[in-house]
Amino acid sequence: MAIRGIREYDGKNLMASNLDKYCEDTVKINNNYLLVGPETDLANCPTQHSWLNNTKLVAKPDMLFGKRGKNNLLKLDATWDEAKAWIEQKRKEEVTISGVKGKLTHFLVEPFVPHKKEYYVAIRAFRNKDVVYFSEQGGVEVEENWDKVKEIEIPVMENGKLIKPEDIDFKSKLPLAGEMKEKIGNFINALYRFFADQGFAYLEINPFAYVNETVIPLDLVGKLDDTAAFENLDTWGRGYSFPDGFGKKLTSEEKFIKDLDEKTGSSLKLTILNPDGKIWNMVAGGGASVIYADTVSDLGYVEELGMYGEYSGNPNEELTFQYASTILDLMTRNGEKGKALLIGGGIANFTDVAKTFKGIMRAIEKHQDKLKATDTSIFVRRGGPNYKEGLANMEKLGKKLDLPIKVFGPETHMTKIVPMGIEHINN
Amino acid sequence: MNNDYQLFTRNTRAIIFNLQANAIQRMLDFDYVCKREKPSVAAIINPNAKRGGYHKTFWGTKEILIPIYQNLAEASAKHQDADVLINFSSFRSAYPTSMEALDIDAFRTVVIIAEGVPERRARELAAYAKLKNKTVIGPATVGGILSGGFKIGNTGGTIQNIIASGLHKSGSVGFVSKSGGMSNEAYNIIHKNTDGLYEGIAIGGDTNPGSTLIEHLLRYEANPKVKMLVCLGEVGGTEEYKIVEAVKSGKITKPVVCWVTGTIASKMTGEVQFGHAGAKAGSDKETAQAKNKALKEAGVVVPNSFDDYGEKIRKTFEKLDLKTTETDETIPPIPEDYKQLKAEGKVRKPTNIICTITDDSGEEPLYAGLPMSKVIESNMPLGEMIGLLWFKKKLPDFAAKYIEIVLRLTADHGPCVSGAHNTIVTARAGRDLMSAIASGILTIGPRFGGAVSGAAKHFGNAIAQEMTPLEFIKYMKAKGVNIQGIGHRIKSATNPDVRVTLLKKFAKKNFPKTTYLDYALEVEKITLTKRNNLILNVDGCIGVLFLDLMESCGDLFSEKEKEEIIEFGILNGLFMLGRTIGMIGHYFDQNRLRSRLYRHPMDDVLYDTPDPKDLGYDL
Repeated sequence: MAIRGIREYDGKNLMASNLDKYCEDTVKINNNYLLVGPETDLANCPTQHSWLNNTKLVAKPDMLFGKRGKNNLLKLDATWDEAKAWIEQKRKEEVTISGVKGKLTHFLVEPFVPHKKEYYVAIRAFRNKDVVYFSEQGGVEVEENWDKVKEIEIPVMENGKLIKPEDIDFKSKLPLAGEMKEKIGNFINALYRFFADQGFAYLEINPFAYVNETVIPLDLVGKLDDTAAFENLDTWGRGYSFPDGFGKKLTSEEKFIKDLDEKTGSSLKLTILNPDGKIWNMVAGGGASVIYADTVSDLGYVEELGMYGEYSGNPNEELTFQYASTILDLMTRNGEKGKALLIGGGIANFTDVAKTFKGIMRAIEKHQDKLKATDTSIFVRRGGPNYKEGLANMEKLGKKLDLPIKVFGPETHMTKIVPMGIEHINN
Repeated sequence: MNNDYQLFTRNTRAIIFNLQANAIQRMLDFDYVCKREKPSVAAIINPNAKRGGYHKTFWGTKEILIPIYQNLAEASAKHQDADVLINFSSFRSAYPTSMEALDIDAFRTVVIIAEGVPERRARELAAYAKLKNKTVIGPATVGGILSGGFKIGNTGGTIQNIIASGLHKSGSVGFVSKSGGMSNEAYNIIHKNTDGLYEGIAIGGDTNPGSTLIEHLLRYEANPKVKMLVCLGEVGGTEEYKIVEAVKSGKITKPVVCWVTGTIASKMTGEVQFGHAGAKAGSDKETAQAKNKALKEAGVVVPNSFDDYGEKIRKTFEKLDLKTTETDETIPPIPEDYKQLKAEGKVRKPTNIICTITDDSGEEPLYAGLPMSKVIESNMPLGEMIGLLWFKKKLPDFAAKYIEIVLRLTADHGPCVSGAHNTIVTARAGRDLMSAIASGILTIGPRFGGAVSGAAKHFGNAIAQEMTPLEFIKYMKAKGVNIQGIGHRIKSATNPDVRVTLLKKFAKKNFPKTTYLDYALEVEKITLTKRNNLILNVDGCIGVLFLDLMESCGDLFSEKEKEEIIEFGILNGLFMLGRTIGMIGHYFDQNRLRSRLYRHPMDDVLYDTPDPKDLGYDL
């Protein structure tokens, strides 16, 4: 449930294959793109994409980072064989982008189009308006020439009516004259409709060229609102898998939880911060989970924090079991002694505390030996429906397994268990 | 009429979109505890309830009915006093239903519970609400509460928690946050440190909430009953700067305690998406640290961390030096919910129904204790499964197969027998499948299909009483009863019934014992000397072989069980199960053929009514 970046390839492809819906065929756009992934058989590509042999090409990494020219990661004016050789070479190298090391896995290949003029366009959604940014002087220097950028605001409502994207004509608003005003204007009109209709939150094409009556998007950055998926089932909304940022490889545990999360209406989140950390927060609720993490950090123990995560939306017993098992396994893996598990949460509105605890308790029972071996203390704080039963069961489990489990209800301040956990790891 | 700053009063009533039984009950429990005059739920919208109806729910100890409507317009027209819509519709339909509500005059406030409403739609809702001078709370929220007055949906959790947090009576603190879970936590903190909550709103964790922190704080500022403001902000967005401006410019003069959570975000490398969609800093200005600092500089009371949030609230409240007024402290007791008490193990009641064959109360249905997945994945023969459900026993292979053979043999016997005939006549009268089959099944009994059961009883008795075949025949003759399972209209010793031949062959090959069959065949030998068609017929053969089946299973069936199985009519059951297959076939057949209403031909009826004179009527 968030704004998520998409690959340049996906942005261009989505635009090229849908733009005619929004412009009544007044705009032509290049629609030859190839995405090379780690599994792509390069030898086979020209049979599926004959244009690869008919034109000079551009090849570049497509992994949600920019400034590829400056990083010398741009292959221009290449034949297919040259582009292929370049990709094969780059696939092997490890590169560092903004301090993050990683391997290049995804590449975009598109026609190389010689051009003179470069335009800039970007659209951003705000709470009460969209803003279209346009400049005749696009390209890498757009930021230095920001005074040449025209900002056109489209409010959500005007004169008591919701604005319809198809009613906006940008032609008179663009700083262009003559036939280009008409031609580029048609494109911006269509682009804005595309932006609004497909659930974009941000879209930047910097630059694009206009060659042979065709729009050539040279570089594109797009961000989609993933909650708009259900409104776009005919285009990207059916199971589009959002890529992770460069160098950000999910661990197998993070991936496992992410997959669980995507399969249910409940929410399960896991980001590993420090696998050797001694404090592990397993907290219910989006709001409370942040506060527990804050408190660990405020007390000066941020480097001991093993993970950020949260579970909410009344997950069933099996889900909480899987979630807790993953965390317990992670936190006990290095075998070091003196750890604290904080099973925290606020006072739930409707989540059944006793029920969600059942899965966690099963996981504790399963991992009891590892928890004992690492001298882990468990601190529980929770309120809400059936919390008394939930806490009592937890306490009983501690006695049964001879594990130190301390339980607290709403009478104890929510984050009080954080200093208790810290005290334990310090002893 | 309410003031603009007042969304809710003790008389506020709401319409609930989607039948959320638990949320509705919690609202009514709250109302009851607060001694409201009328329940806060006026009506329910259920888009699937074409004909409307009523929802039965508790008002204290009593049950009351709340009307259900199919659409918003109708519900609002009938309940003009309801000015709040609590919209529980899904993220898919939250937008159109909320827009519709904003167009209905009676609604002043629309609460959207769903999480996952597209940001574009959410901002349209916010803009449209502003135009209409209405308030949207949410999306992605639990709602809010006016202490002692009106509660939205699940806000505040259980009634025990509501009382524990003092939400049943009004206080002086106005609270607003993004998080629904944390607002409930905050109510408890406010209760412990002040005279209590006046009103609390959770605006929801999305990027574009329908109403914002500052809008609610300004309402509290304008409301003379609110003496201080408490707010819980969050990393991401710039909304908290509006509080800074409002305090600086004097738009807010009441004391404000505010803490912005997410201070950890700036200490983490790489991007972490927190639980709330909006909780992500796009720039330095949006970090929790920057916002807390700006708030503090503007004169807002900002704690050092969440740990001393309560303490700061208490100190700020103490400075107000409010005179406490004695309020009516009696709380009408809410009867405990049976379900809840049962979950806690505090109550028991005798059950009215016992079931020992299946169990659907767990994750997976059980057949005689065996999980459904086992039944399916092991490719269990149908006959074995019948054994589980009818006898709670694992039948040996020969027995399971025998049951299946019987089902095949009895599946149909043409259109002329009474069961099929009744099914056909009923189908042709235009009745549904169930009626047609029922009318067919109802003919099964002592005369139709019953010979199977009868034969088992007759031969069973004979052997039990150790009669020789001849003695048995004489005994039955003396009683004037035909031996069930002997005799056939067409088939005879020279024209044997192929079904009987097959059954005998199967039993001889597969049954460990055929005592009853052998006995019946001895009886047949004698009856055949009397007449050529007095053979052991198919019904008789099925019946005696079922006795052999039980006998052949060793100790699987006790003597008592064997008796009971026959006594309870298991063989009629077997016949009925098999024959139903044929009856369903006849029903479909008649429908495919578009057969018209059956009327028996008059020339096939012998009319012979009495002479009225003989009855004493003088015509």
